[in-house]
Amino acid sequence: MLEGLMIGLSTAFSVTNLLMVIGGCLIGTFVGMLPGLGPMSIIAIMIPVAITIGDPSAALILLAGVYYGAIFGGSTSSILINAPGVAGTVASSFDGYPMARAGKAGKALTIAAVSSFVGGTIGVMLLMIFAPMLSSVALLFHSAEYFALMVVGLSAIAAFAGTGNVAKAVMMTLLGLIMATVGEGALYNLPRFTMGMMDLQSGFGFITLAMALFALPEAMYLVLNPARSETGSEGGKQGEVKDLRITRAEARSMAPVLGRQSVQGFFIGVLPGAGATIASFLGYAVERNIASQEEQAEFGKGSVKGLAAPETANNAACTGSFVPLLTLGIPGSGTTAILLGALIALNVSPGPRLMVDEPQIFWAVIISMYIGNLVLLVLNLPLIPYIAKILSVPRSFLIPFILFFTMMGAYIGQNNATELLILVGFGLIATILRFADYPLAPLLIGFILGAMMEDNFSRAMQLYDGFGFILERPMTLGLLVFAALLVLVPSYRARRARLRADGVADD
Amino acid sequence: MALDRWVALVFLLICLAYGYTAFFTMDASLPPFMQRNPVWPSTFPKVLAVLGAVTALVILLGLEKPSKEPKAQDINYRRLHEYKLGQALALLALMVAYALLLRPAGFLISTTGFLIAGALILGERRFHLMIPVTLLATGFIWYLVQEVLGIFLRPWPFFMGM
Repeated sequence: MLEGLMIGLSTAFSVTNLLMVIGGCLIGTFVGMLPGLGPMSIIAIMIPVAITIGDPSAALILLAGVYYGAIFGGSTSSILINAPGVAGTVASSFDGYPMARAGKAGKALTIAAVSSFVGGTIGVMLLMIFAPMLSSVALLFHSAEYFALMVVGLSAIAAFAGTGNVAKAVMMTLLGLIMATVGEGALYNLPRFTMGMMDLQSGFGFITLAMALFALPEAMYLVLNPARSETGSEGGKQGEVKDLRITRAEARSMAPVLGRQSVQGFFIGVLPGAGATIASFLGYAVERNIASQEEQAEFGKGSVKGLAAPETANNAACTGSFVPLLTLGIPGSGTTAILLGALIALNVSPGPRLMVDEPQIFWAVIISMYIGNLVLLVLNLPLIPYIAKILSVPRSFLIPFILFFTMMGAYIGQNNATELLILVGFGLIATILRFADYPLAPLLIGFILGAMMEDNFSRAMQLYDGFGFILERPMTLGLLVFAALLVLVPSYRARRARLRADGVADD
Repeated sequence: MALDRWVALVFLLICLAYGYTAFFTMDASLPPFMQRNPVWPSTFPKVLAVLGAVTALVILLGLEKPSKEPKAQDINYRRLHEYKLGQALALLALMVAYALLLRPAGFLISTTGFLIAGALILGERRFHLMIPVTLLATGFIWYLVQEVLGIFLRPWPFFMGM
């Protein structure tokens, strides 16, 4: 581990890579602040840039920097104008916005930045401890277990979709998997399900899909409902940021929150499907419940703890979500799914072999996470008053630009105008799916995992000459049973709870 | 029938068509040497088609009841006409136009046009601000993509020979 750390340090501290971190964080903050472009869209837009760079460590460092920056930017807009750019920072607006209303916007931003820094840093330390452990276990896995593990990951994502939504999430995952089978498979060079269209020969482009699923519906929502983006009008005036200092008493009351939420957030982030949003809400709820009586009354009105908790938790969770990505090659969230897509595009195959075969990538990414956290704290925080000016851009300018960037992201990856038509088509479908309350992240994760899943499935089938691998390998069977339970138990329990509420079942 | 069930119905139809292809038409084109393999290109799609159809039926038949607490819906699709639907559709049409024009008209003209028309649709009328901003942004982005990233974008229309 020490050796790896040294390799990572020397890679991360090269001039190019330092610039990547700083640049990534700045771009991420800038764009993350805008409503309509979440971290997933920004990372997807940045992928062509990352591929142009060519060096996988530099590219991944850039993308991780963008990711961190976007989360930070999202919390800035939650605090300043109560318009979270990212779902993971919704909880930050509960106490951050009242604080900004009370004229303490600067203080709120500092609390957010310090909490993010601590959450991120402790998260990275835990990542350093747990990722090597997990990947040494994962090295024992065969394709059958991999297949089963992916099934577990996908079912967990569906299971975390919440009561009443599990079937919808499963359906979206399956749709993603089905879409992944379009085009030429890796195993057999036969075009499948292309309906004779040349443009589908190589399958759907994942950047196009990511844009269509996230950026476009969000932009459509902004158009449909102007109240969602309060940029331009009142937002610009409220963005006044003065006096970034926090008092010693505030720091003292924050400290235990930071410690608890870093650890809790990290482990929630490791779970597939849970991620930053759940971590931040849970962090907020836990801290409110264990706070003293008078502190509890403060929550929702500008409490220091109420802001520190979700901010710490969401950053720790972001770091945690890198654990399954780097060790198993299984993304637990939409964002890490896009990062996985970027890695595949860069010819890096993530998984347990990553640490053994290309330790410089693995460790450089971890070290740059430290640096990224530091950059956000010392470089971005003082710049926030200036960056926040972007919030005063009127929406009539902002939305065409968001749409344009969405299209550019899809276009320059493939250099094909048909891709733009596919983008608009899927964007429309995705908007309808959002109206109908279908979660979209499982679709993308299913799509990205689809090819790998089929590979492992086919290899296991070949090895065992049929479906025998499911019964002959106890670990595979165990994982698959676990996956089925993950999906079935929540709906069964919800059903029983409902029946009991209706007075039917009484056990 | 609520929108989510319509979606499930459409998905069920997709699964049936997909499953039909996987079960009945795909294997015909399989080369003989591959037929001895335990796994065919259609194996995984077959599994997916069955699972997909079952899931779609679960939603369609309402086996999983939605949670009772009302959700904070940000847009209610039943009252879509109360929102700025016209603007949204116009922007989508504009995007299609952009996709079709990007190659023939070149990047600079189509992008400037797209940004200006987009702002117009959204009700912007300050031309003295709009035109310089879009021109500047278009030029800057073209330079960034073409020169810095090295990805070719044809700047001018096709008849100008570039």
